[in-house]
Amino acid sequence: MILLQTVMDALNVGGLYAMMALGIGLIFGIMRLINFAHGELVMAGGYVIWLMGAYPEMLVIVGSLMAVIVLTLSVERAAFRPLRGSDPAVLLVASFAVSYFLQNLAVLFFGARPVAFTFLPDLARSIDLGGVRVPILQLFSMGLTVAALGGLVLMLKFTEIGIQLRAVAEDVVTARLSGINVNRVIAVAFVISAALAWVVSLVYSAQLGQLSPSMGVRPVVIAFVATILGGLGSLTGAALGGFAVGALTVLLDVLLPTELRVFREAFLFALVLAILLLRPQGLIRVRALQGRV
Amino acid sequence: MGLRFLRPYLLAIWPVVVLALVLAMVLLWFGEAPGGRQRIITAALVNLVAVTGIYIFIGNSGVTSFGHVGFMAVGAYSAAWLTIPPAMKASLLPGLPAWLVATELAPGLAVPLAGLAAAAVALIFGLPLMRLSGITASIGTFAMLSILHSVFANWTPVTGGQGSLYGMPRYTDMQVATLWALVAMVVAALYQASPAGIRLRASREDMVAARAAGVNVPRERLIAFVLSAFFVGVAGALFAYLSMVVVANQFYLQLTFLTIAMLVIGGMRSLTGAFVGVAFVSILAEILRQTERGVDIGIISFSGRPGLQEVGLATAMLLALIFRPQGLTGGREIRLPQLRMPKRKSRKERTP
Repeated sequence: MILLQTVMDALNVGGLYAMMALGIGLIFGIMRLINFAHGELVMAGGYVIWLMGAYPEMLVIVGSLMAVIVLTLSVERAAFRPLRGSDPAVLLVASFAVSYFLQNLAVLFFGARPVAFTFLPDLARSIDLGGVRVPILQLFSMGLTVAALGGLVLMLKFTEIGIQLRAVAEDVVTARLSGINVNRVIAVAFVISAALAWVVSLVYSAQLGQLSPSMGVRPVVIAFVATILGGLGSLTGAALGGFAVGALTVLLDVLLPTELRVFREAFLFALVLAILLLRPQGLIRVRALQGRV
Repeated sequence: MGLRFLRPYLLAIWPVVVLALVLAMVLLWFGEAPGGRQRIITAALVNLVAVTGIYIFIGNSGVTSFGHVGFMAVGAYSAAWLTIPPAMKASLLPGLPAWLVATELAPGLAVPLAGLAAAAVALIFGLPLMRLSGITASIGTFAMLSILHSVFANWTPVTGGQGSLYGMPRYTDMQVATLWALVAMVVAALYQASPAGIRLRASREDMVAARAAGVNVPRERLIAFVLSAFFVGVAGALFAYLSMVVVANQFYLQLTFLTIAMLVIGGMRSLTGAFVGVAFVSILAEILRQTERGVDIGIISFSGRPGLQEVGLATAMLLALIFRPQGLTGGREIRLPQLRMPKRKSRKERTP
């Protein structure tokens, strides 16, 4: 039962990181931008849900999703579009600045102190499932993860915009020559990454039980590890990397002796260094599923 | 005339002479200023040491490092380990080795030693890291920052963990900070005029061509990395002696952002840029801090809103990236045209 619980935990944490990593990997694949500000989308989603707390739940869901998408598109328009084609390091610095900007904007509006997050309080309850007590939140987040990941795969594989997306990621110039509206495709990529961030903000805020301006930093940093583990530029890699990092954090928690457990993060980043040095293209490269996106 | 080989160094040192004059004027102006203002200037000077240190690596190699603030942490903790009185150290940090607990140095000696400690850490991390290029190198340095931060924030018996580490004397004042800022700028100027510096700058401009000309890029980068870590470590120690307390979380994303912003806004590719960036950001931050205390702009009143300073800084940095990607200085150094023009001709005549 403990084993089953550990596996559940790993899948759960991994799903969250996978969605974060996908949101970052999608944008990197298309415009070589490592979007450090992705975590602030998660934070913003949480705060919008909190702000709209008095409204009916459906309205909150639609409204907060819209808000995150609008925020992402404005950031793309104001900060990232003028820098398109710049050196990746410059883009990374820019996204770092955007992240800092949004974080402190939140401090400006909501204060630095955490606020309680109580959307859908039913999620906190647990149900009995064949002898294992499973929190509804865990089932809910797993369901959302599967739906989001599945939807993304279907979209990328079968819809026209998905195919265009992969084409732009492969080669912007050729894609443009083939009549693809690159601006539109990039905007769509940002919308998808915003939607993924919103799902994370729903699940992650509920797990934390509170919101703070800097809440997005930790998941984004871990998602970094996931994208690099999976191979920057590969979406399949990002998703698998997310699950791998989730499994790894849970495993490190279980396996490491107590006095070393606090250095979990150090171990994760030592792993990043090792991967960058030994296998910069990423650990997992599934030939059959390997798209450049 | 046998001293001709010194000429490039003299030319290289010229911007530092000008910047030192500017510094001297600032110091004369504020020498008699009240303590609060002096403290702000001292903090800006410590930042100047740090940013000059970071510039030695980023400016010359073209690799954006997000990890240098980790060296500041190394410098700050080294300073704490070397100067906190042994009795206090034994109770605060039971995990320290006995010889370190027994050591109690004067801050003036501990500062360069802290720099050396940071340089040693840079050597260890740099050996593998400097083989990476471009964005992978940047991510690698970020990973290094996270590792260092995680260790300092969690190794409680040795670093005091998340809490604040007290017990250091007040040592950093305007004079000490100015001295180190000058040393850092002179060394940075001399390094970038030295053969090693020129080889590294060549690899920044064109990696393939530099390699073809026989430049060992990882080696040159490592030299700059270690040298730059020394001054960043010194800045960390000075920072600790200014605030008299060391907190692990001070040396993480926030400070990384601040130092990178200074470098980007001033211009990453020149020493003058580093100086201008520190000056610009320090003044902007001070103005915003004053505003933060409470100002009414028409109907909107930002009365005592924290966060305004940071938002303004981030905006300035984004504007710089978009509209002036080479920074305020455009990546140029201060030069004296009269000094340069005629001599260049004579050099051409001399070389066969």
